[in-house]
Amino acid sequence: MTLDAGYGVPTVMIHTDRFATVVRSTVRMNGMPNMRAAYVPMPVMGKTPAELRAYVAGNDAVTGRAFMQEVIDGLTSPLREADLTGESFERSTPRFVDPDSESNLHAHFLANRWTDGLPIVLPTDKRVQEMLAHTSHKPDELVGQMRATHHREAWGYTVEKVAVNAVMAGAAPEYFPVILALAASGVTARGSSSSSMAAMVVVNGPVRHAIGMNSGIGALGPFNRANATIGRAYSLLSQNLQGGSVPDLTYMGSMGNGYSFTNLTFAENEEASPWEPFHVEQGFAKGDSTVSIFGSIWHTGFTLGLREGHWRETVQHMLLGMDPLCKPLFVLDPLAARQFVERGGFESKAALAEWAADIARLPAAEYWDNQLIQNYVYPRAAVGEEPFASRLAASPDELVQMFSPSDVHTLVVGGETNAYWRLFSGAYSKTVSVDAWR
Amino acid sequence: VLRLDNVTTMEVGEKSARSAGESGPSEGLDTVHNPMGFPPRVRGKALASRLNSLDGKTIFLVDCHFDDSGLLLEQIQAWFGKHMPGVQTRLVEKANMYARDDPALWERIKAEGDAALIGVGH
Repeated sequence: MTLDAGYGVPTVMIHTDRFATVVRSTVRMNGMPNMRAAYVPMPVMGKTPAELRAYVAGNDAVTGRAFMQEVIDGLTSPLREADLTGESFERSTPRFVDPDSESNLHAHFLANRWTDGLPIVLPTDKRVQEMLAHTSHKPDELVGQMRATHHREAWGYTVEKVAVNAVMAGAAPEYFPVILALAASGVTARGSSSSSMAAMVVVNGPVRHAIGMNSGIGALGPFNRANATIGRAYSLLSQNLQGGSVPDLTYMGSMGNGYSFTNLTFAENEEASPWEPFHVEQGFAKGDSTVSIFGSIWHTGFTLGLREGHWRETVQHMLLGMDPLCKPLFVLDPLAARQFVERGGFESKAALAEWAADIARLPAAEYWDNQLIQNYVYPRAAVGEEPFASRLAASPDELVQMFSPSDVHTLVVGGETNAYWRLFSGAYSKTVSVDAWR
Repeated sequence: VLRLDNVTTMEVGEKSARSAGESGPSEGLDTVHNPMGFPPRVRGKALASRLNSLDGKTIFLVDCHFDDSGLLLEQIQAWFGKHMPGVQTRLVEKANMYARDDPALWERIKAEGDAALIGVGH
């Protein structure tokens, strides 16, 4: 679209048929509903040259006409009047829905895909006002913008709109500054990626205790209203404030992700951790209250403790079991965290990150043959970006690092009933002040 | 109150914790908020002028680096070579990953080319 409308070069987009509805929606929201496209079957990945040749020689997978005829026509067919103007339009979002019975309103919210499929609390004005009473910010203040993925339009939202979604999630009003901070991040918890990524949320500082968040037994589970509903509010506000999270339109996660319901939301167990709290690592004061967001939550590894004999190999094998595109995120019960200190001498989370990045290595040939590395890392290496360019220059048998130390993070949470720990994939996104939204 | 193996459940008609002190189930249903955000204004954009013919023209095939898209573009290039030899094709890679803009490449295509195919979007 940029090349065609912005640079005046007639262009045809080649897509796979599975994304036809997304393409139609996206070009319309970019004011170019007639942007030319041609479609091959899904997938392209893994197909032989002969199979791809058949795609090209065959029919367009959407229109049924010859694929190459669609390409040629897309570049040569005269423009129609509508092509010369594109399509301009404005939309609005009414403040209220039409009054109805309680059951009909629940059905309305469900039918409009404004929920996560679970029952919600109807956001009556009284409940929304109760939520708004817990921030000094005005209801009509713009909080930020959010989008489902990079090529989709960004929608805006106010403090009141965030409050509406917080009510729907069942959040108590005193949680509202944390939810506002999540909304202010502009980071969606409902990315449209076909990889079905989820988010993780960790809260640090005094607000953890002030609103009764759980950092102990069962903190990552369904045992605490604040943990559960703050995470759910983040999910609901993401889907609704960004303009939807509708399968086959604004959500294309092929398998989906159960973590997306509440986004693994918990408080860090700062008191039992041997290391400094996560928000202090990010430059905040210990007395500040913050919320931090990790994205790309896919992988989950799990084990108990660190046995003296082979703990290094255990950690190494868990790291090697991850896709190399993942960013390692150690989530440790305090007992496990102290074992990392005792066994490895890791006096800081940074020291653990340095060690983990150093032991996780693959032969260069295997690393570069990974599909996600091809999609996302090879293009960066090819333009000379380090450390990827050096990995690309390595001989096929040379062991290259899967991760950089800055990719690796550690969080401490749990009730010390045993030294369990997990290795998630989790790309650190940002930390936002909760205090700024009180 | 019903009791099942030390589990206490709520008897029908008993007031729940949620309803105690809160508005009744039908109260306020005339002011239920819409939870959606505010969409941006969409401004129409004109398509670039199309070509009268591809004969003698140069088409850039832009590999956006997603799921082996370059391999498909190679086949498209081969098709042009076989069926429309008067068309010049240049297979180029988008700098950096598919989500990043590449103004330098767009300027080059505008200067050196007549048309473009970009793929594969997924």
